[in-house]
Amino acid sequence: MNIVEGVLNHNRLALAKAITAVENEYDNAVEIMTALYPHTGNAYVIGITGPPGAGKSTLTDKLAKEFRKRGKTVGIIAVDPTSPFSGGAILGDRIRMLDLSSDEGIFVRSMATRGSLGGLSQKAGDAVKLMDAFGFDIIIIETVGVGQSEVDIVKTADTTMVVVIPGMGDDIQAIKAGILEIGDLFTINKADREGTDKLNIEIEMMLELNPEHVSWRPPINRTIASKGEGIEAVVDSIEDHQKYLTESGEIVKIRKARIKNEVTAMLNDKVNRYIDKNVVSTDEFDALVEKLQARDIEPYSVVNDIVGKVLK
Amino acid sequence: MSNIRVLVAKPGLDGHDRGAKVVARALRDAGFEVIYTGIRLTPEQIAEAALQDDVKVVALSLLSGAHNTLFPKVVELLKEKGLNDVLVIGGGVIPDADIPGLKAAGIAEVFTPGTPTSAIVDFINANVK
Repeated sequence: MNIVEGVLNHNRLALAKAITAVENEYDNAVEIMTALYPHTGNAYVIGITGPPGAGKSTLTDKLAKEFRKRGKTVGIIAVDPTSPFSGGAILGDRIRMLDLSSDEGIFVRSMATRGSLGGLSQKAGDAVKLMDAFGFDIIIIETVGVGQSEVDIVKTADTTMVVVIPGMGDDIQAIKAGILEIGDLFTINKADREGTDKLNIEIEMMLELNPEHVSWRPPINRTIASKGEGIEAVVDSIEDHQKYLTESGEIVKIRKARIKNEVTAMLNDKVNRYIDKNVVSTDEFDALVEKLQARDIEPYSVVNDIVGKVLK
Repeated sequence: MSNIRVLVAKPGLDGHDRGAKVVARALRDAGFEVIYTGIRLTPEQIAEAALQDDVKVVALSLLSGAHNTLFPKVVELLKEKGLNDVLVIGGGVIPDADIPGLKAAGIAEVFTPGTPTSAIVDFINANVK
């Protein structure tokens, strides 16, 4: 099977294989991405993040169904953490999205965070492009917003939604968490719980303090995702945000910044790997380290020398 | 970095998921990426999830007695979708007499109660291409 042609012809197995190739850095990954890159840039990308247990998967499931009602096809990338102890992972987002698998207009892919080598955000970004080339209208990336790499992923979305729930601590928690700054919209899930009004006020106040929200004020929606309540309003808000980005021209800036970030990350990755292989892993480098340890030389000129040689 | 991806699923009308969860956890601890899909799935849902997540192994757990119908159905649907090299294994309260029939239907191995989880891990490591 030709994977590139398969993806372009909406073959789901080809898409699955292409994502695996990228994720595992198979030899054909670069070839696939190179051939498909010209076919990307058409999908609208939504990032969903929030603390564990906030209901992101359930919400994603319901949002996907609402987008389908509105005639859109949806690709979903659900990220769960890899165990730092065994390297294994339990990817459980699919439990909340089971009936999506009977819809041809939806494709769900689970991804583990794995190690940081190569960068999850880069691989997730490539998975987004593959779904984009396949032809999905909407792509949702869902991830726990606790680490830098996870935040990096959602930051690259066109619209980023932060999901919060009542009862997670006082407003200082909300401020220090840091993920609240990246929300283009907020959803208070499990909104039938005590503390919803208070949480709403706290988010309002936090938004008030942020001077960036002049032309777009992030809306705060309330949902009970398990019962499907409040979902339409969230999709309305996403569409409002998309309209705002398009009409204000912000979308062009966001996407330019995304491409710049991506290419910078690719460059850094390539250079890192080159240095790992050709500098750090050599006997020569070991000898340098020993000289440094004996204080025969100092590291600043060593680094300058090496960079001079590598980048010439 | 290449991790073996395993789908752990319970087909049919059977809500007893303790065994499947124990296996899922053991596979995670062995370094596999486990896609856990939960209970009461149709064979079609399982096959489609296996396709989308491009797993190397589908591990089916069933305690309801319907294994002779549901396990082969999953294998059949996987083949229909072009997933010819997926290793399908099964577990649960399965009578010894049924095991040869299941193997003939494409289930690579059947693990019955009392099997140490390490036996499942070893089997996967030895048989995934």
